[in-house]
Amino acid sequence: MIRAIDVHKRFGDNHVLKGITLEVAKADVMCIIGPSGSGKSTFLRCINQLEATDDGAIWVGDELLGHEVRDGRLHQLTDRRIARQRRPVGMVFQRFNLFPHMTALENIVEGPIKVLKESPQEARGRGLELLGRVGLADKAGAYPATLSGGQQQRVAIARALAMNPQLMLFDEPTSALDPELVGEVLGVMRDLALSGMTMIVVTHELGFAREVANQIVFMDDGRVVETGTPADVLTHPKNERTQAFLSAVLA
Amino acid sequence: MPQVQSRHGPSVLEKTDIAHLPRFARRHYGRYVAAVAVLAALAMIVSSFANAQIEWEVVRQYLTTEAILHGVLNTIVMAVLAMLVGVLLGVLFAVMRMSKNPVTRGVAFLYAWIFRGTPQLLQLFLWFNLALIFPYFVLPGLIEARTVDLMTPFVAALLGLGICQGAYTSEVVRGGLLSVDQGQTEAAQAIGMTRTQTLRRIVLPQAMRVILPPIGNEFISMVKLTSLASAIQYQEVLHSAQNIYYANNRVMELLFVATFWYLIVVTILSIGQSLVERRFSRGHRPASSTKPSMIRRLVSRGGQA
Ligand SMILES: Nc1ncnc2c1ncn2[C@@H]1O[C@H](COP(=O)(O)OP(=O)(O)O)[C@@H](O)[C@H]1O
Ligand SMILES: [Mg+2]
Repeated sequence: MIRAIDVHKRFGDNHVLKGITLEVAKADVMCIIGPSGSGKSTFLRCINQLEATDDGAIWVGDELLGHEVRDGRLHQLTDRRIARQRRPVGMVFQRFNLFPHMTALENIVEGPIKVLKESPQEARGRGLELLGRVGLADKAGAYPATLSGGQQQRVAIARALAMNPQLMLFDEPTSALDPELVGEVLGVMRDLALSGMTMIVVTHELGFAREVANQIVFMDDGRVVETGTPADVLTHPKNERTQAFLSAVLA
Repeated sequence: MPQVQSRHGPSVLEKTDIAHLPRFARRHYGRYVAAVAVLAALAMIVSSFANAQIEWEVVRQYLTTEAILHGVLNTIVMAVLAMLVGVLLGVLFAVMRMSKNPVTRGVAFLYAWIFRGTPQLLQLFLWFNLALIFPYFVLPGLIEARTVDLMTPFVAALLGLGICQGAYTSEVVRGGLLSVDQGQTEAAQAIGMTRTQTLRRIVLPQAMRVILPPIGNEFISMVKLTSLASAIQYQEVLHSAQNIYYANNRVMELLFVATFWYLIVVTILSIGQSLVERRFSRGHRPASSTKPSMIRRLVSRGGQA
């Protein structure tokens, strides 16, 4: 489903991703953990092409991201083609990024109507269904400013799902939440994983990772340091940097 | 009533009594003094105008003559159209200014530099007299005409005022666009929106909240700026007033007529502005607090113009 091969990213002299290679199978959930600044967000943003990679390649399904192979070269795609490549990939941000001038339902139907050109009635119907699925059926007309952080993040998840994504990216979706609101968002994500969605989740919620993930990736300093099942990486980490990180987080 | 206070202040029981004693608001004597002073000043001004050598009957009479009303209409039409041109150009050049393409950015910079760097009256004269250097205006296959016929006072005023306004508005719009969180653009891109869609549906509507108050003020300024167009024979209200007083010599009377109409138009625009602003503040305040007194907003906005 997702394959990244030797992905590099630099911001000026700052070499942030130093060759990320990994693979996620369909319906799998990969959780990425690692210290702050290790490049986790940057990697997710590369998958959604909010950042362009400097070297290496990423495939979503059969689609090579950002480039097209012609006469043995990689030719950069137009902005329009890149926008099209983002459609099957949903992204949920740490700070929700709901559109504040639109109600919860308007946030959700914006993409289906404007991008997928669905009819407004159809989009609204599905939008209401999605709101029900994230437990906010009664908040369709509410503006984001009137919702709690947990509710906003659930609307954001529904907004991403409305595009019928094949892959969902989560960048620390619960880090900006008050502790008592974390559970409701993780609950929605757990249901989503059970429904067979392919997911890549950057998170510090090790309990969630242990329970839901098929694969854990520990990143440090722009590299994948260790990868394996939750039992391998979280319970019996081999690398000493993983051990140090885990004991710091669990302390 | 508790009379005795111990060295440690009133006892608990006494404090409960004090807590509910009748309250008297402080008197603001200064306000009374100020009010009297202002009223006195007003009375003096009114009486001096009443006794001035001005015929109020003439003012009243010309207030609604056809030439004046026609001038008022032209003032409004020009202000609206020039502002429209200004806002369209402003958005266009603001977006160009923020483009990744250095050529586009350069063009936008040049535009602002030229039109903000020269007096507006001079720009009006330049447009109006364009025929002196370009006798014919030709767009192959579309238009072929003598420039004097095209460059009427109306067209020259519209170009002069609108294009210059665009240069100022582009700065306002740019500030508005920059005020929208980068996360909004990313969220829009993440649901597959193109750049144009993101700008039109997500960024601009949010920028409007920041852009509208200054644009409203500039609209009000524009109403007054249209008076410059009298210098190139555009028949706006000041020009109409001047035409009349050249004939009948009632200079001050007709200037008062023009003053009256400017104030009326500006007042109406200020009300419209507050209505529009409210529409674009959706989602930014809980519904209960979105109805500030219109009068209060009028005073706070119109007062700056
Ligand atoms: N837009 C950017 N411009 C410059 N540097 C950036 C940018 N985004 C991220 N970085 C840098 O990249 C490094 C990795 O950041 P990030 O991917 O956010 O780490 P993580 O999500 O693991 O905490 C940091 O050193 C950060 O300063
Ligand atoms: Mg991060």
